[in-house]
Amino acid sequence: MKNTSNRRDFLKSSVLAGGGLMLSISWFSEAKAAEKIATLNLPEQWSELAAYIKITPENVVKILCPNPEFGQNVMTSLPMMVAEELDCDWKNVVVEMGTHDNVKYGPQFTGGSNSVRMYWRPLRTAGAAARQMLIEAAAQTWGVPASEIITNAGVLSHSSGKSAKYGEMASKAATLTVPKDVKLKAPKDFSIVRNSKKNSEGTKVVTGKPLFGMDYKVDGMLIAMIQHPPAFGMKLKSFDATVAKKMPGIKDIFSFKLYDDGFEQAGFDTRTFNEMIAVVGNSTWEVMNARKKLSIQWEAAGEVKEMMVGRGGKTEKIVPGRLETTSKQLEMMAEFANGRHSAKPAKELRKDGNPETAFKNAAQVIERTYNAPFLAHNTMEPMNFFAHVQDDKALVAGPLQAPGWMEPTLAKILNLPADKIEIQMTRMGGGFGRRAYGSYVYEAARISQKLKVPIKLIYTREDDMTYGIYRPMYTATYRAALDANKNLIGFHVTGGGIPENPIHANRFPAGAVDNYLADGWEITSNITIGAFRAPRSNFNAAAEQSFLDEVAEAMGKDPIQMRLDLLKRAKENPVGKNNDYDANRYIGVLELLKEKSGWGKPENVGKKRGVAAYFCHASYAGHVVDMVMRDGQPYVESVTSVVDCGVVVNPDAARNMVQGAVVDGIGQSFYGALTHKDGVPEQNNFHNYRMIRHNEAPQKIDVHFVENDIDPTGLGEPPFPPVFGAVANALYKSTGKRYYNQPFTSEQPKS
Amino acid sequence: MAKYSLKINGKTKQVDVDPSTPVLWVLRDHLNMPGTKFGCGMAQCGACTIHLDGNATRSCVLPVSAIGKSAITTIEGLSENCTHPVQKAWLEHDVAQCGYCQGGQIMSASALLKSNPNPTDEDIDIAMSGNICRCGTYLRIKEAIKTAAKN
Ligand code: FES
Ligand code: FES
Repeated sequence: MKNTSNRRDFLKSSVLAGGGLMLSISWFSEAKAAEKIATLNLPEQWSELAAYIKITPENVVKILCPNPEFGQNVMTSLPMMVAEELDCDWKNVVVEMGTHDNVKYGPQFTGGSNSVRMYWRPLRTAGAAARQMLIEAAAQTWGVPASEIITNAGVLSHSSGKSAKYGEMASKAATLTVPKDVKLKAPKDFSIVRNSKKNSEGTKVVTGKPLFGMDYKVDGMLIAMIQHPPAFGMKLKSFDATVAKKMPGIKDIFSFKLYDDGFEQAGFDTRTFNEMIAVVGNSTWEVMNARKKLSIQWEAAGEVKEMMVGRGGKTEKIVPGRLETTSKQLEMMAEFANGRHSAKPAKELRKDGNPETAFKNAAQVIERTYNAPFLAHNTMEPMNFFAHVQDDKALVAGPLQAPGWMEPTLAKILNLPADKIEIQMTRMGGGFGRRAYGSYVYEAARISQKLKVPIKLIYTREDDMTYGIYRPMYTATYRAALDANKNLIGFHVTGGGIPENPIHANRFPAGAVDNYLADGWEITSNITIGAFRAPRSNFNAAAEQSFLDEVAEAMGKDPIQMRLDLLKRAKENPVGKNNDYDANRYIGVLELLKEKSGWGKPENVGKKRGVAAYFCHASYAGHVVDMVMRDGQPYVESVTSVVDCGVVVNPDAARNMVQGAVVDGIGQSFYGALTHKDGVPEQNNFHNYRMIRHNEAPQKIDVHFVENDIDPTGLGEPPFPPVFGAVANALYKSTGKRYYNQPFTSEQPKS
Repeated sequence: MAKYSLKINGKTKQVDVDPSTPVLWVLRDHLNMPGTKFGCGMAQCGACTIHLDGNATRSCVLPVSAIGKSAITTIEGLSENCTHPVQKAWLEHDVAQCGYCQGGQIMSASALLKSNPNPTDEDIDIAMSGNICRCGTYLRIKEAIKTAAKN
């Protein structure tokens, strides 16, 4: 396979200080990733990627990992891709986390299950180019043709008996021209990729080394915390900090505005409150105590106008002032869903054939409505960030998923040129989408800007949970029309949410049903929402996959067979255009799932099993869950999972990721809910926000990957959504009852 | 403020802090030992687990004034050079995802194995259910504990 960079030269070599080779990589991402970026409203230049390879004279290969790590294993998998083509010994590879450079390295975005996808070709090309330069350097030194030199695990050799380690040739290689065309290995020749490698930071993790933002510390650093309004829809009226300021260790207490009036918010500038009180002191405990002594008056914020800016230009957003309560939210969603609400009709998202007629002529219509609550991300490491803002420059450091999106906003609020802002990325104690939103970074910067000293902002768990950027609240009503022979002749989904519509109109079963309609609507709200592991998909897969289960039952078909029949139709004679899934890969996952789970085999007949499969982030995933009743409670005992994500770079870590997604999915579907009463979140720590624990996790999760040579597609998110559907379907088998409302254990959220 | 002399990882450390200060913050803020993590501050997640005289204890709700002569062990002091069988088993099973909870998980697991060298699945569930892993690494944790038990 030839790989040519036709956009422009993207590799630059230089001699390392002290000798050795440094190859800098920057690359305009390929169309696939760029497309994804377009949907995120990013300026185009940010789709540029960068990294580097350094080879020292001591034969150490340093590979910079451009993207922040939050448990998805990129600090291991991305360097593996470089090392594969470089043909070096993995034992000599040292992985470094890159700092942020918006000009050189682009967005360095961790999210959208994108890291491996984006870097698959650029990093391998860079590795291959460096290898070729080392070969050329050896050829010149030894006076032999380059074509006669072979490499093996970081050693160059020639049939004459000459051999050298990469490090010995690195300085010379650095003076050579970077090759334009390089040959990439065929997947069958991979020796590092597809062979499990241990987490490159594993030892640091298990010995408690400072890795996380929470652990970041410099001399003279103060600790800051924020007191925010107690309810969505409230704002600061006045406060008295006289007592709190006298508390030991307290340096300052002041209110601050995050954005100046008229600030234009970009897509990831979402923030819950604009005016808050900062408490700053010597130590965490002292600040926590002083916070309790604040005397604060809050008032209703009322309706607020905000300016949003994105690729489509500027828009004004009206944020309503109502104080939300969950039962009212559910009522309002039901009104919208029934079209009884006059405010806004549902918008048609896709229509094939003539769904109205199909439903009119149907022998049977099945209609079901599914609801899901807001979810808090609850990353194990609460939000936090370090900032040191000085008159002419700023350093910020901590856990964040998208430094490239935060830099322009930091520049605006600090009134500093972007190149005077340094962003350092620490390992993240989880992200799940939450850390793509920079408000806590800006809060830290604002506090340091005011005090001109280094500070670290820490959220308590309560802060983290009660002023989150949540997974939205969703609803969807599905309708299926069956003819007298129980054929599916019409399908309609109408979905909506607070404040986002979840429907992916062009996904399965679109393309498999002649008469199809998808529409959606949205209810604006002051509750802040954002990406949460597989946004929207994490709801759709629950609703759609349990609806299909019910439809299969009505049709008298096996649930897997029913899906396969529909997919066959979508493959052979697709309905409509823009079906955004590949029916073949979908079928492949279901077939393998059938085989690996022993679906329908006599030994499994009595089991309470649920199945679901879903497509998102360009990958396909399905699960069969086996449920039992334990102490009167449904318990998922074992799970069989199948994923098609193309080439699997680091198989054992990938299995870990899928197992984690299954556990996460079971936990969220059973217990996850963030409810509100008069704008106040009703859960604020792990005693009332239930998380899945050791004893509730399955005893076995068997993970299988569809083997193929397709370029890698997403992995962090795709296995998560279908868990919800599989759990719902197994619950039906276990209890005889269909579950339409998440979280399943309580059926209805509170308030 | 009050002065305390604490036995931590075999060494004696002096601190001068408010008596109500939880050991978690004494370690993190005053002694520069950030291996013990903050997750909830109310004994619900286990991220802050340390050993107090060998027993797994949540340091976020343990005031420094309550320590007395008890010996504290933190993840930094569990072994020299990562040689504790639990740490080795964790690496063997490549347990960590984000890693934030894992120090606390390892401290709970090592205390369990000390008092119960051959725990059943149920013993493990009981001992470990106070430690949340948001990334969902529970299966591997269980496997790693079993591997460590064998060694
Ligand atoms: S921080 Fe102590 S148990 Fe959560
Ligand atoms: S590994 Fe991330 S919370 Fe446990």
